[in-house]
This record gives sequence, C-alpha cells and structure tokens, in this order.
Amino acid sequence: MNWRSIRAIALKDYKEVRQNKAAWIPALVLPLIFAVAMPLGFTLLPQLIPTEDVAQEMGDLQDLIVLMPPAIQQIFAETSLEQGFIIYMTAFLFAPMFLIMPLMFSSIIGADSFVGERERKTMEALLYTPSSDGTLFMGKIIASVVPAILLSWFTYAVYIIVVNAASWPLFGRIWFPLPAWWPLMFWLTPAISLLGMAATVLISSRVKTFMEAYQLTGSLVIFVLLLMVGQISGVLYLGVFSTFAIGTLVWLVDAVLIYISVGTFNRTNLIAKI
Amino acid sequence: MDKHMDTVIEVKELHRLFGDIRAVDGLTFEVQPGEVFGLLGPNGAGKTTTVRLLNGLLPPSSGSVRVFGLDPATQGEQVRQKTGVLTESPSHYERLSARENLTFYGTLTEIPEEKLTGRVNEMLAFFELDGRADDKVETYSKGMKQRLALARALLHQPPLLFLDEPTSGLDPEAAQQVNALIESLSHKGQTIILCTHNLTEAERLCDRVAVMNTGRVLALGSLVELSRKLWPATWVDVKFWEAPSASQFEAAKNFSGVKQVQVESALLSARLESKETIPAYVRHLVESGLSILSVNPRAHSLEDIYFAIQNGRKEGEQ
Repeated sequence: MNWRSIRAIALKDYKEVRQNKAAWIPALVLPLIFAVAMPLGFTLLPQLIPTEDVAQEMGDLQDLIVLMPPAIQQIFAETSLEQGFIIYMTAFLFAPMFLIMPLMFSSIIGADSFVGERERKTMEALLYTPSSDGTLFMGKIIASVVPAILLSWFTYAVYIIVVNAASWPLFGRIWFPLPAWWPLMFWLTPAISLLGMAATVLISSRVKTFMEAYQLTGSLVIFVLLLMVGQISGVLYLGVFSTFAIGTLVWLVDAVLIYISVGTFNRTNLIAKI
Repeated sequence: MDKHMDTVIEVKELHRLFGDIRAVDGLTFEVQPGEVFGLLGPNGAGKTTTVRLLNGLLPPSSGSVRVFGLDPATQGEQVRQKTGVLTESPSHYERLSARENLTFYGTLTEIPEEKLTGRVNEMLAFFELDGRADDKVETYSKGMKQRLALARALLHQPPLLFLDEPTSGLDPEAAQQVNALIESLSHKGQTIILCTHNLTEAERLCDRVAVMNTGRVLALGSLVELSRKLWPATWVDVKFWEAPSASQFEAAKNFSGVKQVQVESALLSARLESKETIPAYVRHLVESGLSILSVNPRAHSLEDIYFAIQNGRKEGEQ
C-alpha cells in the first residue's frame, strides 16, 4: 500500500465533501442541536422552573432510576432534585443519541466518496491510475472515518463544556463526563464510525446516487434508537462495562463488514457499475 | 523514436465475455513504439473494453495480453504506471481546481514530491490553462476540460497513451486544438491508441487502424494496405491536352493490366489491376502520342474503407 497516495485520496475526498453543501450542512446542524441547544435546555430548565415541577418530573424518572445498577442509583441518592434531573437527562438519557453523529458523519462522507465518485463519473479515471485496489479502499476509509471521529470528538468536547458551564450554578464543579462516557467516546464512537462507513461501502454497490446511499445508511440509526429505548426502559444501561462490550461487538461486526467490503471493492466490480 | 524497438502491445486471441455477451471476441494485434494505432468501430464494438483489458481494469476471459511485456491482469499497477488514459468523458473533480486535480493525479501516478509542483505547472502552461489554474473545474468550457483531461493523461509522461473519443462533444475549434495536440505528440514519437468513430480524425492521425465490430477485428492495417486488400484494382483519371483519336483510344485500351477504359472528351478513366501499373501505363499513353496534362489515381478515404468493411460484414451475416 502506498501511504502517500492514501493520504492524497483521503484529502481529496475531504476537500470534495467540504464543497458539497448537501453533505455538510446537516453535519453542522446536528452537532449544534446536540452539543449546544439540547444540553442548554436540559440544564437550564430545572434552574428556571419551580422546584415542585422538577420534583414531579423526578418522581416519574425515579421509576426508571430504580432499574439502574446500584452504583448509579447511588449517584442520584447524593444529588438534589435539580442535579438529578440534569444528570439523568444529559449523562444517561442523551448518551446514545450522540452515537448518531459518528454514524451520520461517516456515512455522509462515505456515500460522497464511494457513490458520489461514481455519480460524478470520476471513478473511471481513478481506476486508470497505478494505485492498487487496497490503496484506493484504504484512502476512502480514512477519508470517511477519520473526519467522522474527529468531528464527533469535537462535538463531545463542546457538549462537555456546555453541560458543565450551564450547570455550574447548581453543581459548582466540573462533574461531567461520567465514567461511562470515556468508552463511549473513545471505544464505541470509532467503532460506530467504521460501521457507518462499512455499511456505506456495501450499500454503494447496490445504489446509483449519493442520496440513495445516504438514505439507506440512515436506516442504521435504528441501532442507536434501540440503544436509547434500552436505556429508557432499563433493559440496557450504558455503563462502563456495557458500553465497552457493545463497542467490542460493533468492532467485530465492523471486521466482518470490512472483510466483505474488501472482497467487493476491486476494479472489475467497480468498472462494471460505471 | 525507433519504430523497431520492442513491441508495446501484443494481443493474441483475446476474449472477454459479460455473461453471454462477447464484448471482445478473438482480438489479435500488435502495436509498435511510436505508432498511432486506431481502434475504429461503432458504439458497442468493444473499443472501450479493449482499453480496459489492456490496462488491467478487467481480466480477460481467455487469450493473452502483454503491454510492455507485462500482463495487465496480474501486473496492472506496473502497466498503469506506463500508460495514460483519456477517458471518453473528461471526468474531473469539478469542485476542485485544475491545479488540485493534477496534483492529486500526479501523486497517484507517483511523481516524486519534489518534482510534482513543477510538472503540474509545466502541464498547465503547455495546455494553456495556467491563467485559470486555481479556478474550479466546473467553471471551465468543454474544450478546457478536455485539455485538462489530456494534461492529466500525460502528466506522468507515460510512454503509451490511450485516447478514447478525444474530440467527442467538442466544438470544431476545440476539436481542432485537440487534434493538433495529438499530432504534435505523434510527431514526438508518442505511442498512441486512438479509439474513435470519427473517421476523418482517424485518417489524419493513425498509422494503422483496426476496424472493429461486435468485439471482433474485421480488418487491420494502414490505409493503403486496407485499400489494396479491398480494391486490388485501381482507377486512374488522365487528362489530355486534346481528346484522343479513335486509334489512340484503342491504344489506351490495349495495354496489359487495363481492365476497363472510359473516355469523355479529353478525360480518360482507366481501371488498372493495381497502382503499380500506373507509371507503365502513363508511359504507354505518351508513347501512343497523347499529350498528358495530369494523372490522378483515385484514392479511397478511410470512410470508404470503413463502410466497405462494415457493409461487407453485414452482407456476410445475411
């Protein structure tokens, strides 16, 4: 594999997607909502509404908190009503939602990179270069996965700052992120990014346009929604161990999908679809 | 460039099937260094598939291919290092500039980092794109895009160049510019495979052509060779100072190698068994007392040859 070529392919794809407003505008709007608007709402709400209303909300949440492991229940036992509400909403309920971002980022860039290249009729010229199939594939993986991970981490960083800053009057200290967020950010997020990309590569062989690929990969959001339902219902709680375990499972799925993708990503298959 | 150096392309009994469709069906030809070789044929003749097979983008179903002695199916990377391809549609990254496009392809064709910027600038200047090198390609005219595509194909100085319909979709002025470029490359000894159905262009540019249809080569050779194969007899028009007398007309008919003679006033048209007979026939006319003003052997254009071959195929099929 030629790393200079891999870097050139990744940078070229990145430059291209940066010029595609249909791709990056949703990628910019969602982090703004997730990292700024929603945490501001969750943290400022209990500080603005009367305590008895928070108490009523917390009463409803109490039914869910009892489903959590004892160590987590202890966190809520040591907090005020308002603090408990903020912790539940920002650190637990909202955590799976953050996985939409790496998934979305990698599938947007991946769809633009794999399907967009074909749609814009630039694939053929690329296939006539001396670069090996492996180099082209690796370049495109890096083009979609690395920015997805970096953008997700940037969004996490903004979220952490906003949550701590907005809840400062109630907590008076930096309390976020909780331990379960570390494997979420550094283990599960890269795995999910790769999942989005690998799914895009497989889907790309069956669709003709960027939008089709993007919409089909969007169906992976169901996986994130299932995690969220699991979290709300108490069936699956994203703690340190469970997040790490889910991450490991996703990495294994990634390995299988990448293995299949490598098999399909060759000049003979690609040229047949031009 | 020496035309007798090692063969650039050797294709023997090449077949490529897509399901039941024979895209390439028993192709055999060779291309020598410095030659401009035309692949002619209608859409679906197998020209583009042949280019893909020669560059290792597709493996052959059977038969053998050697490009610079390499097998494109197993040594595709080395083969593509030595080839440049102008695809039928220019297919640039339209959201990037010409400079960014060339730099990207220069990296992929492994031009050393320290030489890349210089080479890109050189190509931009050569193709007169330097004035708008940093503009997005989407703002370029068709002619500019085609020049950029040629610059991309030539960027790494490949000894073998494939041009797939190089003037397709261009206005006459831009087409003329591209043809002039191809001619100048040819004069510099560049080996070129030209895929086209523009026969005037092929006649002007190609040393030899392969006329293809449904994946097969129907005829192969230079214009003269193909013309001789198709029409061994040749017509020559001879214009005299004055109309020949009856005895002179008889003398014009009575010459071995003459198959048919027509006279119209001072113009005589004779069908001879070959072009080689013309000088002796002219001598015979002079010796018969005729004053000759001009002698014009009738030449067959590539268009005549092409349609004769293609129509011959259709008649054969019927």
